[in-house]
Amino acid sequence: MHRLVHAMSAPPASATFHARTTVNGVAAICDPLGGLYLTESGTLVVSDLHLEKGSAFARRGMMLPPYDTLATLRILEAVIARHNPRTVISLGDNFHDRTGSAAMPETFRQMIAAMARGRDWIWINGNHDPDGARGLPGASMDELRHAGLVFRHEPSRIDAEGEIAGHLHPSATVRRRERSVRRACFATDGKRLLMPAFGVTTGGLDLRHRAMSGLFDRGKLVAHMLGRDRIYSVRYDNLIG
Amino acid sequence: MPESDALTLPAPFLRWFAEKGWRPRAHQLELLSRAEAGESTLLIAPTGAGKTLAGFLPSLVALTRRGKVPPGSSFIGIHTLYISPLKALAVDIERNLMKPVAEMGLPVRIENRTGDTPQGKRQRQRLNPPDILLTTPEQLALLIANGEADRFFKDLRYVVLDELHSLVTSKRGHLLSLGLARLRRLAPDLQTIGLSATVAEPMDLQRWLVAQSEERENHAGLITVSGGAKPEISILRTDEHVPWAGHSARYAIADVYAAIKDHGTTLLFVNTRSQAEMLFQELWTVNDDNLPIALHHGSLDVAQRRKVEAAMSENRLRAVVATSTLDLGIDWGDVDLVVHVGAPKGASRLAQRIGRANHRMDEPSRAILVPANRFEVMECQAALDANYIGAQDTPPVGRGALDVLAQHVLGAACAKPFDAVDLHREITSAAPYADLSWETFERIVDFVATGGYALRTYERYARIRKTKDGLWRVSNPMVAQQYRLNVGTIVESPMLNVRMAKRNARGSLGRSGMTLGKVEEYFLEMLSPGDTFLFSGKVVRFEGIRENECLVSQAFSFDPKVPTYAGGKFPLSTYLAAQVRKMLADPMRRASLPDQVRDWLALQKDVSMLPREDELLIETFPRGSRHYMVIYAFEGRLTHQTLGMLLTRRLDRAGLKPLGFVATDYSLAIWGLDDLSSAFRARRPSLAQLFDEDMLGDDLEAWLNESFLLKRTFRNCAVIAGLIDQRHPGKEKTGRQITVSADLIYDVLRAHEPDHLLLEATRSDAATGLLDIGRLGSMLKRIKGHITHRRLDHISPLAIPVMLEIGKEVIHGEAHDFLLTEAADELMNEAMGTGHDG
Repeated sequence: MHRLVHAMSAPPASATFHARTTVNGVAAICDPLGGLYLTESGTLVVSDLHLEKGSAFARRGMMLPPYDTLATLRILEAVIARHNPRTVISLGDNFHDRTGSAAMPETFRQMIAAMARGRDWIWINGNHDPDGARGLPGASMDELRHAGLVFRHEPSRIDAEGEIAGHLHPSATVRRRERSVRRACFATDGKRLLMPAFGVTTGGLDLRHRAMSGLFDRGKLVAHMLGRDRIYSVRYDNLIG
Repeated sequence: MPESDALTLPAPFLRWFAEKGWRPRAHQLELLSRAEAGESTLLIAPTGAGKTLAGFLPSLVALTRRGKVPPGSSFIGIHTLYISPLKALAVDIERNLMKPVAEMGLPVRIENRTGDTPQGKRQRQRLNPPDILLTTPEQLALLIANGEADRFFKDLRYVVLDELHSLVTSKRGHLLSLGLARLRRLAPDLQTIGLSATVAEPMDLQRWLVAQSEERENHAGLITVSGGAKPEISILRTDEHVPWAGHSARYAIADVYAAIKDHGTTLLFVNTRSQAEMLFQELWTVNDDNLPIALHHGSLDVAQRRKVEAAMSENRLRAVVATSTLDLGIDWGDVDLVVHVGAPKGASRLAQRIGRANHRMDEPSRAILVPANRFEVMECQAALDANYIGAQDTPPVGRGALDVLAQHVLGAACAKPFDAVDLHREITSAAPYADLSWETFERIVDFVATGGYALRTYERYARIRKTKDGLWRVSNPMVAQQYRLNVGTIVESPMLNVRMAKRNARGSLGRSGMTLGKVEEYFLEMLSPGDTFLFSGKVVRFEGIRENECLVSQAFSFDPKVPTYAGGKFPLSTYLAAQVRKMLADPMRRASLPDQVRDWLALQKDVSMLPREDELLIETFPRGSRHYMVIYAFEGRLTHQTLGMLLTRRLDRAGLKPLGFVATDYSLAIWGLDDLSSAFRARRPSLAQLFDEDMLGDDLEAWLNESFLLKRTFRNCAVIAGLIDQRHPGKEKTGRQITVSADLIYDVLRAHEPDHLLLEATRSDAATGLLDIGRLGSMLKRIKGHITHRRLDHISPLAIPVMLEIGKEVIHGEAHDFLLTEAADELMNEAMGTGHDG
């Protein structure tokens, strides 16, 4: 829950709090709350919010806590407040299932409306929510070209150049001596960047997993891992010490 | 036997006893007459006392008197239900019971029902029940959640509960107590018969066996059979050097092998799977005579285990190396020696394991204890003294767990609609839940219905609902189906199959090799391809994980690189811990220890001191560039680990920058760069402050927030309570998936509803279980005002064992971000295309 806790407090002044990177020549900041901020265009990218996951499960008889949507939106509020972006792009799997956006309680709608006020808001469609966001501000689309980059939910097998994608929930494992630590991460080789999942009840998939193979130039791949209160940047080859 | 006693037995029984040249034992007849007088009874007897026959005698006699049921009679439900903690035991008992029943020609049908029973047989059992059904607590839960439970159990007369001492202290016992309460409603005349090894508090079990009421405490009758011949137990005397630390007892292999050669069949008990693997491998390196020596532990493939069990009962083996999988009363043929490697960790456990040798009461059991290190020598001596004086240190019967109750309430609704007031009354008749308040019960029902959240958004998805007639019923048949798939209290930790893979012609790994068994996923997470470890008696090379399997290959090496494959470890019992402290303090008792241990303690006395029984000794000394603090608390590893976590937090806050700690069963060592000796002398902080009981307040709370152990506890509670399903109809969720989502759910719940029922259940589990907070609390109370600090210039003799453990220990949780920093710092030194701001 450290992300939620830190979302509520001011960022500590530390040199390693953010990590700066470039994707296809476009400068970006990896925020430890899980958002990517493109400094020149004033664009904030988040991915895989999986809103209304709790209620999606409850509908099927598993009464998961109904607090995940609120928790995720709180962190989103914090990261938006921190960067005050002109544009917000939510990169798909914004809702855990098709019914999520229509069934979302009114209070959460108002929170999103307040966040979207005075900015452009883009919902990229994901595999969980291919029909777009209903009754919410902003535009829904499958893909967006913007600020010299291309934004889509699932990483493309053929078009890596300047792609920002989500879907895979990348995480990385650091191993030293006999211990290991696993954290969600931004994964980039300078050409493409995969976003960590932003939703509070989303799991992760290790960078070494088969589904990740062929996506990156591993020699240049860096995992910007979401730590307790900072980003830890570790080169792929250096994850296992 | 007196004539009057013999008259109580029907003719076939008398004939049978006469033919065998046996006579019924006094306690068997006593139990029968009490049962016939309508009393529920607890029988406490040592192994080999004919407990099983005693337990079934009332049923067999009653069924014989009833005679064969003529075909075409109306439906008759089961007469006797037998519950055992192990599937294997239920199957074993069937075999053992069928023999006399067949020989006497009794008109009694006996069948078992376990998780392995095929669907067709279960169906048939429901339509045409046997007279005696042998089963497990989980199966009972399923049977009573069935809509036809009324009919099935209406004629139930006896419930026989085997190995009751081991059942009652766990969540399975809680579930069973609730099942029993339900059975009493379905068959108000039923009587219970509990069979148990010797326990510390028989009254707890006597209460457990009968219905409790608000007005008074009820208890079953008690029959105690005193032990037969005193066991002959010795501690291995050796000329070899007993090591300071470690658990392998390698030094003793030659002596142990000699003992195996001198006896017919030897059972070798160890405490963990890694020890079992190690010992097995070491024995085979010295096995010049090629004696048939086998290995048996819970991670091995079932088929392999069955093979060993079969060979054992046919007396084809000379020795079996085993863990607690063999603790319970399965009949193991003619074992004439038990070797216990490593300290027994509890006096009662030792007594039960020794009982495995010589299943005849009149001959003494023979046992040899093999301590693995010097502290264990003291522990073995303490256990040995305890066994002779009959001390018992079985854990107390705990209060009923709330997650188990939630599962039971859903089960009750699956059986048929329930009235809340009735169900509460029924539940409080079970001893573990006797003081369950109405308010807590209401919260449980609310939890079962909609998750019990303050934010009431799930009403429309409720699993159970109160209908107009005031009864609670399941919302749809899916709920009942889901319940049936997930019944039970044993949560599987994520396990992967270990498969021996062969390289094919192209050099890539095939998957055709044999399955060796299962291994915990967290263990594999520590490995890199190429690492070697011991498994199933072989040194294997880790090749990788493919889907749900761990692929390994033959290692061609005798020296595994990764030494630790720690299965569950028993904590040192409070009783034995106290005995070890007494021994340290008492010169008379120290005199009985072997020379090398006595010399070691004498040296300690010269260099530092030996603590009094009620005293906590703390030593501080520098070594290399670091400063160490060793705390001799003797409270077991779990307690020390919790204490270590909390103390390092406090030292950190005092600015003393602790770097790490390591815990053994006997002591705890903490180290750092700052001079701890002078800090304590200057009372910055004082040791009294450092060890104040208030550490169990905020520090504990803060640590628990991040604790990996608490998350694991939560996961178990969430699965048992039915918040997270272990299995869905049609698809099995892997352990990994449960782990990931349970952790995240825990975080969300803690942040938003810290008083939620499941968090309460988790904390209460942690207090007694993994974190042993209860024990830490009583220790802090005990040592208040009794802390003695020794400032030394060098390491002391008593400190050597714990100091040798440094570097071996894997510490979860706290060190995580530190590790990341280290990895990230390494990166900083490299010229990378990506920089950091500032």
